Amino acid sequence: MTTTATAPARPFVSGVGHLLKARETGIAIALVLVVVVATALNPTFVFSNDGFRDLLLTPSLLMVVAVGQAVVIITRNVDLSVGSVVGLTAYLTGRLFIDLPGIPIVVVFLAGIGLGALLGLINGALVAFAKVPALVITLGTLYVYRGINVAWTGSDRINASDMPAAFRALGTGKLVGIPILTILAVVVLVVAAWYLRNLRSGRELYAIGSDPDAAHLYGLRVTRRVLAAFVASGALAGLAGVLFAARYGTVSSNAGFGWELQAIGAAVIGGVAISGGIGTVWGAALGAYLLLTINRSLPIVGVDDFWQRAVVGVLIIGAIVLDRVLALRQHRRLVEEREETR
Amino acid sequence: MQSDSTHTATPALELSRVVKSFGAVVALRSGSLRLEKGSIHALVGENGAGKSTLVKIIAGLYRRDAGALHLEGEPVDFHSTAQSKAAGIAVIYQEPTLFPDLSVTENIFMGRQPVGRFGRIERKAMRDEAMAIFARLGVRIDPDRPTDGLSIADQQIIEIAKAISLDARVLVMDEPTAALSGIEVERLFAVARSLRDEGRALVFISHRFDEVFDLCDTVTVMRDGAYIDTLPIAETTVDELVRMMVGRDVTELFPKLSAEIGDDVLVVEGLTQPGVFHDVSFTVRAGEIVGLSGLVGAGRSEVARAVFGVDPYQSGTVRVAGRPLPPGSPRVAMARGVGLVPEDRRKQGLVLDQSVARNVTLAVRERLARYGLIWGARENEAARTWASRLEVKTAALDAETGTLSGGNQQKVVLAKWLSSDPKVLIVDEPTRGIDVGTKAEVHRLLSQLAQRGIAVLMISSELPEVLGMADRVLVMREGRLTGEFDRADATPEAVMYAATAHEETVR
Repeated sequence: MTTTATAPARPFVSGVGHLLKARETGIAIALVLVVVVATALNPTFVFSNDGFRDLLLTPSLLMVVAVGQAVVIITRNVDLSVGSVVGLTAYLTGRLFIDLPGIPIVVVFLAGIGLGALLGLINGALVAFAKVPALVITLGTLYVYRGINVAWTGSDRINASDMPAAFRALGTGKLVGIPILTILAVVVLVVAAWYLRNLRSGRELYAIGSDPDAAHLYGLRVTRRVLAAFVASGALAGLAGVLFAARYGTVSSNAGFGWELQAIGAAVIGGVAISGGIGTVWGAALGAYLLLTINRSLPIVGVDDFWQRAVVGVLIIGAIVLDRVLALRQHRRLVEEREETR
Repeated sequence: MQSDSTHTATPALELSRVVKSFGAVVALRSGSLRLEKGSIHALVGENGAGKSTLVKIIAGLYRRDAGALHLEGEPVDFHSTAQSKAAGIAVIYQEPTLFPDLSVTENIFMGRQPVGRFGRIERKAMRDEAMAIFARLGVRIDPDRPTDGLSIADQQIIEIAKAISLDARVLVMDEPTAALSGIEVERLFAVARSLRDEGRALVFISHRFDEVFDLCDTVTVMRDGAYIDTLPIAETTVDELVRMMVGRDVTELFPKLSAEIGDDVLVVEGLTQPGVFHDVSFTVRAGEIVGLSGLVGAGRSEVARAVFGVDPYQSGTVRVAGRPLPPGSPRVAMARGVGLVPEDRRKQGLVLDQSVARNVTLAVRERLARYGLIWGARENEAARTWASRLEVKTAALDAETGTLSGGNQQKVVLAKWLSSDPKVLIVDEPTRGIDVGTKAEVHRLLSQLAQRGIAVLMISSELPEVLGMADRVLVMREGRLTGEFDRADATPEAVMYAATAHEETVR
C-alpha cells in the first residue's frame, strides 16, 4: 500500500473527459453527416435562404422542451405532460393578444412561462408528495391539460392576423443572419447547462437521479429539488408554447401534440440516461436537433413518408443500446483500473 | 489509549434511556451510550439487540420516542440526516451509500461544495481538498473517477473522507470491516486511530471480538434493545462480553415437543459457491429440527437458497430422501417435497395483493386444477383447511394478504408449504418482526411439523430461538460451517464463539 497520494496521471482524467464528451461529440458528428448527405443530394437543404433558416429554426422549439425534459429525467423522473403544456400556453398566448389588445409582448411571455411553471408545479407536487411514479402522474396530467385545452379552445383557432406583427417577427426574424428563436433556444440551453454544472442545486439533481436513497441519507432536499425540476420543465414548455404561437401563427387545440415523446426521444438520443444521474442538456439539445433534422432529410434521401417514424424509433433504440454497451464497458474498465492501482 | 483527563470532560455525545418502537414492535427499549472525545467506543450485541436502531437515531434517520440525546452537553433533537450532519455527526453504514455516476470528489462534497461568486462551485478547490484528505489518510484514490466500480473498502474510505471534510466530531461506523480483507482492515484501523488522536469520538460496531480488543478503548454491550454495561476494554475479556451479550435465560417460550427422529431426509455434501459458501455438509433427519445459527452475512440464507435451487452452486450435492436434487431448479425441489420459507416473506414468500386463499394454495395450484382451471370452491376448501389448522387470524379468506399482521402472514407462508405435504421444510428467520405471542405459536407449529416427521432446517439469528427449538445446532461463519452441537451441548457461549471467533481467539 502506498502512503502518499499523488496526482493521478493526467491522461486518465482527460480520458474520462473524452469519454463523457464523446457522447455529445458523436451526436454532433451524426448531425453533420446527416446535413452533408442531405445537402449532397439536394443542395437547397442548406444552400438556400429557406433551407438554412429551417435548418436552424425547426429544431429550436423542441430544443427548449428537451432541455426541460432532460432536467427532469436526470432526477430519475419523466414529464409526459410537456406537449399538453405547450398546447395550453400557445393558445393562452393567442387569447391574450385577442382579449387584451395592446398587451406588452413581455407580459405575454411571462404569462406563458408562468402558466407552464404552474402546470409543472402541479406535476411536481403530485410526484413529490403523493409518491406516485412520475410516469403515471404526468400521463394523467397529459390528458387533463390537453382536455382543458380542448374545452377552452373548442373549434376555435388562433390565426396569425390575431397577433401583433412585432410578436410574429420574433418567430421569423433574424439577428445577424441567425433566427431569433434559435438564439433564444441557445441562451436557454447555455443557462441550463451552466446551472446543472456549476451550482450545488444543479449537482444535487444528478445525485438524486443517481441514487435517491443515498440522496436522502446525504440529507439532500430531495422533494424540493424534484419539485423544482418539474417547475423548470413546465416553465420551459410554457416558453416553447409562446414561441410556438410566434413561429407558426396558427394555434389550434392540438398544438404541441406528441411533443413529449419527441422531447424524451431527444434526451435519450443525446445520452441522458432514462434511469437518471447521467447526461447533459447539451446532449438533449443536440438530440432534438438530430431528431428533427433527420425527419426533414429523410424525404430528400428518398425514404418514404411512412418509414420516417420507424427510422426515429430505430434511432432511439440504437441510442439506448449504445448507452448500455458503453456503460457496461466503462463499468468493467473502472473495476479493472481499481485493480491496477492497488 | 486516551488520556485520563478526557474522562471528566463533557462527553462528545450522550444518549440516555432512548426508546424507539415501530408499531407494536419495540426496537429499542432503553438505549444509552456515552462517547468521550478522543476515544474509540465499541458497541456490541447480538443481531437485533438494537444497535442499528440506536445508530439511526444518532444519524437523524429515526426520531426517538423518549429519552435524552446530548451533543457536547447540549440537548439536541434531529429531524433529518441533514441536521445531524450539520451538528458534526457522520455515520458510515455497513453498505456505503454513494452516487455511482458521480465522481469521487463530488461524492465527498455533495450538498456542501465550496462555492465562489454566484454560488458557482469551485471545482479546483474541491478537488484539491479531496486530494489533501486522501493524502492525510494515506490512500490513493483518483478523485475524478466515478465511484462506480470501487471496492467496498475504497467506498468506505470515501465515506470517511466525507466525515473528515465535514470535520465530524462524532463518527459512527456500523460493521465497517464486514466486507474487508486483512490489509484493508489494517488501513481502516490506522485511519480510525489517527482520527481518535485528533480528539474525535468514534463508535465502532463489530461482531469480531479480536478487532474490538485491538482497536477500541471502551465497550458498551446491548441486549434485547437495552443498555447492559459499559466497560474499559482493558478491564474486560471476550468471555465476559459474550456472557453479557447472551446472558438471559432461554425463555420458556419454546414449546419443544419430543419427536421421533427417523432416517436422513436432506443430505447436503460439500456444497460450495466461491465467495459465498465453502464445503458445507450437513444432514437433516425426519422429525428433526436443525438450527442453523451464525451472524447476519455468514452465508446461511445463501446455503438455503442454493439447496432449494434458487441460487446456483459450483460443486457439491444435495439429496432428498436418497435421490439427488438437480441444482438450480426450485420446481424439481418442490416436486420432491422441499419447501422454503424465505427470510423476506413480504417480497419472496407471499403475493401480498392477493387473497389469503390464493396464497395458501400457491404451492398446490396444479393439484387443485382440473382441465387446467382452478376451481374457486376447491381452492377455498383447501385454504380453509390449512388456515384453520394453523389458526391464521384473518377477517376472510379472500382478504388481501398484505392486510394481515406479520405473524399471520408467516402462518400463511407456512400453510402454503404444509398444504403441499413437504418432506423437508427450510425456514429462514421464521419469527423476524413478529410479536412475542405469535412467535410462540410459530414455534409450536414448527415443533408439531417435526413431530409429524418433517425434516426442518431452521435458520435463525436469535440465539434463544435456536437453542430452544433445535435438536441440533449448526453454526456458520464467513461461509463455512464452524460448529455443530447437540441440543445438550449447545450453550449460548459455545454457539457465539463458533459464530464470531477468529482463529486466534478460538480456544
